[in-house]
Amino acid sequence: MGIRFILMVNKQGQTRLAQYYEWLTLEERRALEGEIVRKCLARNDQQCSFVEHRNYKIVYRRYASLFFMVGVDDDENELAILEFIHLLVETMDKHFGNVCELDIMFHLEKAHFMLEEMVMNGCIVETSKANILSPIQLMDKAH
Amino acid sequence: MTGMRGLSVFISDVRNCQNKEAERLRVDKELGNIRTCFKNEKVLTPYKKKKYVWKMLYIHMLGYDVDFGHMEAVSLISAPKYPEKQVGYIVTSCLLNENHDFLKLAINTVRNDIIGRNETFQCLALTLVGNIGGRDFAESLAPDVQKLLISSSCRPLVRKKAALCLLRLFRKNPDAVNVDGWADRMAQLLDERDLGVLTSSTSLLVALVSNNHEAYSSCLPKCVKILERLARNQDVPQEYTYYGIPSPWLQVKAMRALQYFPTIEDPSTRKALFEVLQRILMGTDVVKNVNKNNASHAVLFEALSLVMHLDAEKEMMSQCVALLGKFISVREPNIRYLGLENMTRMLMVTDVQDIIKKHQSQIITSLKDPDISIRRRALDLLYGMCDVSNAKDIVEELLQYLSTAEFSMREELSLKAAILAEKFAPDLSWYVDVILQLIDKAGDFVSDDIWFRVVQFVTNNEDLQPYAASKAREYLDKIAIHETMVKVSAYILGEYGHLLARQPGCSASELFSILHEKLPTVSTPTIPILLSTYAKLLMHTQPPDPELQKKIWAVFQKYESCIDVEIQQRAVEYFELSKKGPAFMDVLAEMPKFPERQSSLIKKAESVEDTADQSAIKLRAQQQPSNALVLADPQPVNGAPPPLKVPIVSGSTEPQSVARSLSHPNGTLSNIDPQTPSPDLLSDLLGPLAIEAPPGAVSNEQHGPIGAEGVPDEVDGSAIVPVEEQPNTVELIGNIAERFHALCLKDSGVLYEDPHIQIGIKAEWRGHHGRLVLFMGNKNTSPLTSVQALILPPAHLRLDLSPVPDTIPPRAQVQSPLEVMNIRPSRDVAVLDFSYKFGANVVSAKLRIPATLNKFLQPLQLTSEEFFPQWRALSGPPLKLQEVVRGVRPLALPEMANLFNSFHVTICPGLDPNPNNLVASTTFYSESTGAMLCLARIETDPADRTQLRMTVGSGDPTLTFELKEFIKEQLITIPMGSRALVPATSSAPSPAPPVPQPPSPAALADDPGAMLAGLL
Repeated sequence: MGIRFILMVNKQGQTRLAQYYEWLTLEERRALEGEIVRKCLARNDQQCSFVEHRNYKIVYRRYASLFFMVGVDDDENELAILEFIHLLVETMDKHFGNVCELDIMFHLEKAHFMLEEMVMNGCIVETSKANILSPIQLMDKAH
Repeated sequence: MTGMRGLSVFISDVRNCQNKEAERLRVDKELGNIRTCFKNEKVLTPYKKKKYVWKMLYIHMLGYDVDFGHMEAVSLISAPKYPEKQVGYIVTSCLLNENHDFLKLAINTVRNDIIGRNETFQCLALTLVGNIGGRDFAESLAPDVQKLLISSSCRPLVRKKAALCLLRLFRKNPDAVNVDGWADRMAQLLDERDLGVLTSSTSLLVALVSNNHEAYSSCLPKCVKILERLARNQDVPQEYTYYGIPSPWLQVKAMRALQYFPTIEDPSTRKALFEVLQRILMGTDVVKNVNKNNASHAVLFEALSLVMHLDAEKEMMSQCVALLGKFISVREPNIRYLGLENMTRMLMVTDVQDIIKKHQSQIITSLKDPDISIRRRALDLLYGMCDVSNAKDIVEELLQYLSTAEFSMREELSLKAAILAEKFAPDLSWYVDVILQLIDKAGDFVSDDIWFRVVQFVTNNEDLQPYAASKAREYLDKIAIHETMVKVSAYILGEYGHLLARQPGCSASELFSILHEKLPTVSTPTIPILLSTYAKLLMHTQPPDPELQKKIWAVFQKYESCIDVEIQQRAVEYFELSKKGPAFMDVLAEMPKFPERQSSLIKKAESVEDTADQSAIKLRAQQQPSNALVLADPQPVNGAPPPLKVPIVSGSTEPQSVARSLSHPNGTLSNIDPQTPSPDLLSDLLGPLAIEAPPGAVSNEQHGPIGAEGVPDEVDGSAIVPVEEQPNTVELIGNIAERFHALCLKDSGVLYEDPHIQIGIKAEWRGHHGRLVLFMGNKNTSPLTSVQALILPPAHLRLDLSPVPDTIPPRAQVQSPLEVMNIRPSRDVAVLDFSYKFGANVVSAKLRIPATLNKFLQPLQLTSEEFFPQWRALSGPPLKLQEVVRGVRPLALPEMANLFNSFHVTICPGLDPNPNNLVASTTFYSESTGAMLCLARIETDPADRTQLRMTVGSGDPTLTFELKEFIKEQLITIPMGSRALVPATSSAPSPAPPVPQPPSPAALADDPGAMLAGLL
């Protein structure tokens, strides 16, 4: 089914955004996030961007203090997901202007709106930044 | 949207918390605050609601349970204004799952938004259904969603969401998409210009094609067209070009869809596709910009996969192999990782094996990479590419790696090494070397199967025995050896140590002393193996060595009083046997060969779930194993050879009887009783029942023959006296009351058993209906005749038993369905009057049918918002009854909760502020009451667990009374069947008489069940 979850976690291991595309109980989420974060944070820049964990593959990328982690199935194109993360970051950049951890933290709802436009049911739905951002811009104008 | 100051303040408060505890306190405070606000509907503006709902999502993301306010989130969906509606949709899809009841409440609003004219509302609704829609949604919304997807008046922003929404509905219910009508539409959809719609439609296509590729064959050329369009960069808006590459994601998806079609028949489509693929394979260069590089390689790797899937053009295949060979040697870790991964996939194509082998040394380098992700891929690839020609090299690399590998990989690594060694061993002695090295280097990670397997091989191959023995002897010289090594070398030296007798350091007494040195260091399970070895060493010493005999006897005598039964028995038996002379030789002769069997290791490996591992294992299965080791018989294995039992060689003495006579006080060995006691034989015959008992019966059978442990007249809590008057000539197996109680809590098992017949039962319950099937199995080799089964129904049940045949043929089982309908609440029980004739004996039994009150209860968990209004609505008697119950069997609270749950009265945790109280709910079904909610509250006294106050309520006075009495019966005496639920109390040896008190005679008198039993 493609993307199973998207996590944004800072260097201290605090979750800043979590979006799941399959149902996990709170317990399961906590355990999963803990294990993945531990694994990814322990890696260095010379290592590859993929981590195998249980029956997930985690594709992750680090931007300053923030880790973007995407859990996918075994049959997903890893590099395509890796660049999808970058597309997400560029989209946030375009909206916030030089996005940082605090933007995501304090505008959680906007981060969710963007994700909502980009991914649905674990599949990529849109890759054009203009299209992704247009509903948010419409809403901002209304205010 | 910019507002929501309160939310920002809260987030920054949480951020400023110094530690987890402070965070918890802040979150709890906020939750309390939100809860209060939600209760005060009047001042709750949509804006406030929105703010609180976001806070809830934030708290949920932090990992705290938010078990209220779901209704508020769902209610925002029907808000008229966009900002509120949007929050409602997004937060609902984050907090709820598809089975949540509240979601059903929203289904109408969602549908109205989908079919409405407002396209932003449409998008929100489609996204929610796409993310969490369940079967109900699939059934009611699929046509609307399909209409939107193909509508020409709909804008792309709605249609792209409709595509993925339909994908969800299709996964929930494949019938939601009608193949005949949809295939053409799907093909038309792929002619779309808008790349957003195309991206999501291709995902939909992948799901449809993977389910039924034939139906969608018309979509195949369309996918190729999309690829051509992107490859030639025709009509691709700038917005969809990523670092100069036309939507890499769509390219990847389209190529993925093509991999679900087995082949491409049409020559022109084929030609067009190969042109595109050729262009990708040749035209992808490494560039400086990381993003561009990744994106182009994403496309390249997908193209590689597609070429491998098509496996058609020889030239193109070798291009792929060359590319992969390049990738696995680059420094860039992502590319190297993917190179290894794809090369493993490529192994599926058989004729590239040899080319891949050329890269062996490069792959081995990656096995030593500092990155575990890369090492895993390298390990998988090596495992996949191993065959007879390179097994020695690869396995040796694996062994070397084993000493430095991280713990998380060692078990997998040693299993893989063991399997490869077994499958591809060029010669057997090498195999023995490998396994012993494995045990030596990673003993903790070598499962028992591995050493059992080497023992099997050594036993079955005479040529190997002296070699294995000398190897085992060598390892014993090492200073600290793993316990598994002690086991395997002791076993091998016991069996074959005498073959080394002429070598220095290998006499029986030397073997004994070096093995015996290890004994103080090993754990209990290893000691019996050592004892067997000593006995065997002793036996092989011809002429006898009195010195050695003395030492070994001393060991046996020491363990004769060991607390471990296995050790004690062996010590006693070996001691006595070794005094016996020649008979000793008979009993302890060499182990016979093992039957050939499929390697349990390989079976184990097949069941190991590991990413990307599957393909390699499947591949292994296709490959020819080496001839050196013979395996293959697909006979099921139970894991271990029975290497440690005294082998029975001379059929005359049955070991059990030897043991029995040996343990006789006078210890004379001459009077071995040739007649094994007959009851044992009988039970042996009955042991493996010829009749298939319904599932669940097994555990009951372990209770064994009557009298073994059962107390036949068990005190029986449920008011009804068991109907087991026994004029019969048969002895029952198991306790009827116990069986009945067990069946009250589960739906299948044995209801009755005697030496001739076993009656099993299997039940299904739905609402106030039940369907039971009685399974009557004749255990004898002669028929059972005059079989009669009559139901004595109580007034509240309507029962219909299908006729039972007069005769049950030998070893046959007949089934007889029994339909049950519950008319009104009652604890009364139906009785089956059953009789049959075996020879001249008439056997009859009256059996209670486990169609008890609780079977018509459906578990139901309520939240506090749901519970309390209902609870308050039940004002008092006769709908709500309260009683102080004394003489309760003391139970800890969690055990009591388990007990309640076991009879479908569901405990709702956390509802009652007092932790000593339990609150529970359930739904009762009968014809007269319909589905009726029942609530209960139990107030316990921590100081005195033998009493409690119980309040039960429902909308029907009879139901309230019956349910209250039912629960009381369960609490006063815990039925035997539920013993497992209360381990703590029942296992404690209590000197006092058992707590359960039989219900008072008064209670019996007005109990309809008891009266019925009296009549019987």
